[in-house]
Formats: sequence, structure tokens, C-alpha cells
Amino acid sequence: MQAFQNMTPLLANLNALAGSLFIIATFGIVATRQVRACLKFFILQSALLAASAFLLGSNPLSMHLIAVGIINLVAKVWFLPWLLRRQVEEEVYTRREITQVFSIPASLIIALLLTVAAYFFSLPWVKTAADAGALSINVPVGLAGLLLGGFTLSTRREAVPQLLGILAMENGAFFAGIAIAPDLPMIAELALAFDILLLTFVVGVLTRAVHERIGSTAVGKLTNLREEVQQ
Amino acid sequence: MSKHILFNALQLLVVMGFSPLAMGVLNRLKEIVQSKQGPSIFQPYRDLYKLFSKDEVVAEESSWIFRVTPYIVFVAPLFVTLLIPVLTSYPLFWAFMADMVGAGFVLALGGFFASLAAVDSANPYGPMGASRTRMVGFLAEPIFLIVFFTVSFVADSTIPFIVQQQWVTPQSNFFKPSHILLLVAFVMLILAEKGRLPIDNPAGHFELAMIEESKELEYSGQGAALMKWGGWMKFFVLMIIFLNVLLAPWGLASTMNWGAVLWAIPLLLIKILLFIVLLVFIESSLAKLRLFRISEFMSAAFVIAVVAMLTSIFKQ
Repeated sequence: MQAFQNMTPLLANLNALAGSLFIIATFGIVATRQVRACLKFFILQSALLAASAFLLGSNPLSMHLIAVGIINLVAKVWFLPWLLRRQVEEEVYTRREITQVFSIPASLIIALLLTVAAYFFSLPWVKTAADAGALSINVPVGLAGLLLGGFTLSTRREAVPQLLGILAMENGAFFAGIAIAPDLPMIAELALAFDILLLTFVVGVLTRAVHERIGSTAVGKLTNLREEVQQ
Repeated sequence: MSKHILFNALQLLVVMGFSPLAMGVLNRLKEIVQSKQGPSIFQPYRDLYKLFSKDEVVAEESSWIFRVTPYIVFVAPLFVTLLIPVLTSYPLFWAFMADMVGAGFVLALGGFFASLAAVDSANPYGPMGASRTRMVGFLAEPIFLIVFFTVSFVADSTIPFIVQQQWVTPQSNFFKPSHILLLVAFVMLILAEKGRLPIDNPAGHFELAMIEESKELEYSGQGAALMKWGGWMKFFVLMIIFLNVLLAPWGLASTMNWGAVLWAIPLLLIKILLFIVLLVFIESSLAKLRLFRISEFMSAAFVIAVVAMLTSIFKQ
């Protein structure tokens, strides 16, 4: 916890900038029209998470946080898009507009309210913490990422953006986590990184199966049970 | 004191003199990006000369608003020029006459009269463009307000000369999230307010799709010249607000010598050239939005501005 006490103002500002861009990228995941743009915003979000880990780990030098950043870059910025591309290419890489429950301005406004709530609820708690420097930036941003990811999950009607919503929640939790517990055992992060890839893999397979069965991946339409028609 | 008034007059001359040039360079660069040759960068000056030496035709049905509007549109940006740091980093004679909110109000007044005049002439395309401009305008209004709120949270002031120093004292403040996001939101505002590309196509001459240009359709001769020149000056002034007040006060004269103040003119032009290159990049890589998707663009700008404000309120 004492690790971030002597951050320089420049590092603190850059970290805060990474945090606010992280929120903007999450807004992009909530409200863009195309799956591909959604995925790009997710990649940006993960890269910003890695940037924040690098910034927090640079002074004093913490190999652990830097390793977290590198794991993030490899797993989410490089490997995950590759995996999605291999599995469900036509879902992600065709220029197709996806539907969502609310209109884009409405969902942006709701997302904004969630962000305000995240700041509102986390800061009284952060102020009581011993070292508020990095916590006061990372915790509200992380909580906002968590809430916005959940919101994406509930408004999107397609399999791949819903997956990105779960992953955005996970990124949010990580963003808060690197400031709260910078000394988490490395095995936990490695396990998480593999967990995410496994999740992506499973959802990819599931999406394919759904596509084969009903001819689209709009999982929002799958609301009632139906008996299999025997041929 | 008299020197301050002279510097103010020099600022007015710079804005009046170089705003057509900025527009000419912007148009030329856009054409070059599209692999065309494009008109000379001095074409706006020639247009003004041509229009000033032509007769003016005024519709019989129009009222005094139609006749007064070109003067208001022309004077409003000049009035704002007196309030903002164009060449000097210290406040000049009229600097404390109004703050950024006042400057925004004066600019909006020009736009308001332009819309009224478009309705006044009873040309079928004018009111349509005017109502669309109002639609974009009322979507832009909350963003302007949030930007001003953010500025006053960060600097405890909305006087441009005080605000500009906040972003670089200490130097690391430049990277504050509220600063960077404010800049992004303000660029989006400039695009919306001046009818640049994702909102409106300034090069399009199809009346049904026009937003910004249709308000000037009915003007001819001197009136058209003043409307056009006023629009260019408004664009120039918005760029100066972005570059000198919101971005950083770099390249401004800090002493009272004439030499330093005159040297600030080429520096200002270089900064504006860089901004124009950025604008050409934005405009060449985006397509025009459909009318009802403008609200999505504006809500994105709004969200960015609010996040800028949040990060400046909830700081330790």
C-alpha cells in the first residue's frame, strides 16, 4: 500500500489520463454500432489497463506490476482478437450493424449516470484509505468499468458484444485491483489471463453452435423454450 | 494603456486579415488530399473583393432583421477577439469586459441572428437549414456549458487569460485528464458549430442537405461578403480559443515590446496551420452523418466533456 506514496505529479496525471481514457473506451464498448468497432474499443481498453499497470509499476520499479501489464498486452491485446478472428470471423469482421435495447444516446446517458455513481460511491471509501494517490484514480475508474460492462451485458443482444461486456467488467476489476493489491501473487494474474482466454474460447464455440442452429447470433431473441422438431 | 489598445487593434486586424487565408489553406489542403489541385489559397480574398463590388438584392418581403444580420454576424467574432489572448499572454485593455461564457454568448448571438434572417427571407431552403442549425445548436449547448464548468473547476475562473496559464503551471498539469478530454470535446464542438464534416459537408452545394450554408443562400453582394467573412472569422476565433486558451499558452508574447507581439503573429499562424492539418485529417477520414445520427455524435462529445468534469471534481 505504501508503494504509490512517492509518485511524481506527472506519473499521477498520466495514470489519471489512462483512467479517464479507459472510461471513454468502455463507453465505446457500450454504444458503438458495429461488432468490430466494439472489439477495437475493447483492445484499446485493455491497452490502457496495461498502461496504467506500467505507470504504477515504474516508480518505484515493481516487476510485478510490469509483468501484469505484459500479461495483459499479450493475452488481451494480441491473443484474444486472434482467437475471436479464428473462431467467429464472420461475426466480428463483417461490417454489420448490431441492435441494442436502447438508442445510442439513451444508453450513453445511462452509462454516464453509472459512471457518476461509481465516482460517488467509491470516493468516500477511498478517502479513508491510508494512501489515496493511486487509489483515488484507479478505484472509481475500475468500478465504473465494472458497472458499464454489466450494463453492456444487459443491453446488447448479440453474443460477441455480450462477451466483450463480461471482459470489460473483468478489465474494470483489474484496473481497481492493481491499485488496491499491487502485491497479489503472480499465479492469480496468470490464472485470470488463462481464464479469460478459456471464456472467449467457450463463448466462441457456443456462438458457432447458436449460429448453426438458428441462423443468427442475436441471442436476445432466444427467450422461450422450444421443443426439438423430430424429422 | 494606449499600447494595450493598440495591441487590441492589432489583434482585430490579425483576425480580420488572416481568417480568409486560413479558410483558403483549409480548402486547398482538402482538395490536395483528394488528389485534386484545388483553388489558390488566396481565393477567399478574391471572393470577398468580387462580392464587395457587386450590387446587393434584398427580398421585398424581408424585414429589418435581414438587413441588420450581416453586420451582427461580422461584428460578433471581432467582439470576442477583444476578450481572448490572440497574441499576448497578459490581459489587454478589454480583457475583463466578459469571460468565456460571455464570449460564447456573443458568438451564439451571431448564429441566432443568422438563423432568424434565414427564416425571414422566406426562401424554402433557409428555414430548413436554420432549424437544423438550431437542432445541432441545442445539442451543442450542454457541451459548451460542461466545458465551461470544467474550466472553472480547474482554474477557479473563466477569464481566458487566467485559464490558459493553469494548463502549464506546473508543466505536468498539461496531461491532466480533464485537460486532454476537454480538448477532444472542444474539437468535436468546433466541428459541430462550424458545420464541418461529420455534421455537415461544407463543400456540398445540394440545398436539401445543407445545414450551415443554407442560411447565406439569400444574401448577395455586400451582405453575402459580410456573412462569409463573419463565418470565417468565427471559425478563426474558435481555433484561437482552442489553441491559446484551452491547449496551451505557448508562442504568445509575454512582454510589452512591439517586436515580441509582432513575432507572435507568425507563431499563431503556424499553430493554426497545424490545427488545420488535423482538421483536414479528420474531415478526410469521416463521412457525413445522417441527420438523426448527429445526436449520437453530440452525445459522444457530451459524455467526453462530462468525464472531463468528473475527473476534475473528484480529485484529491
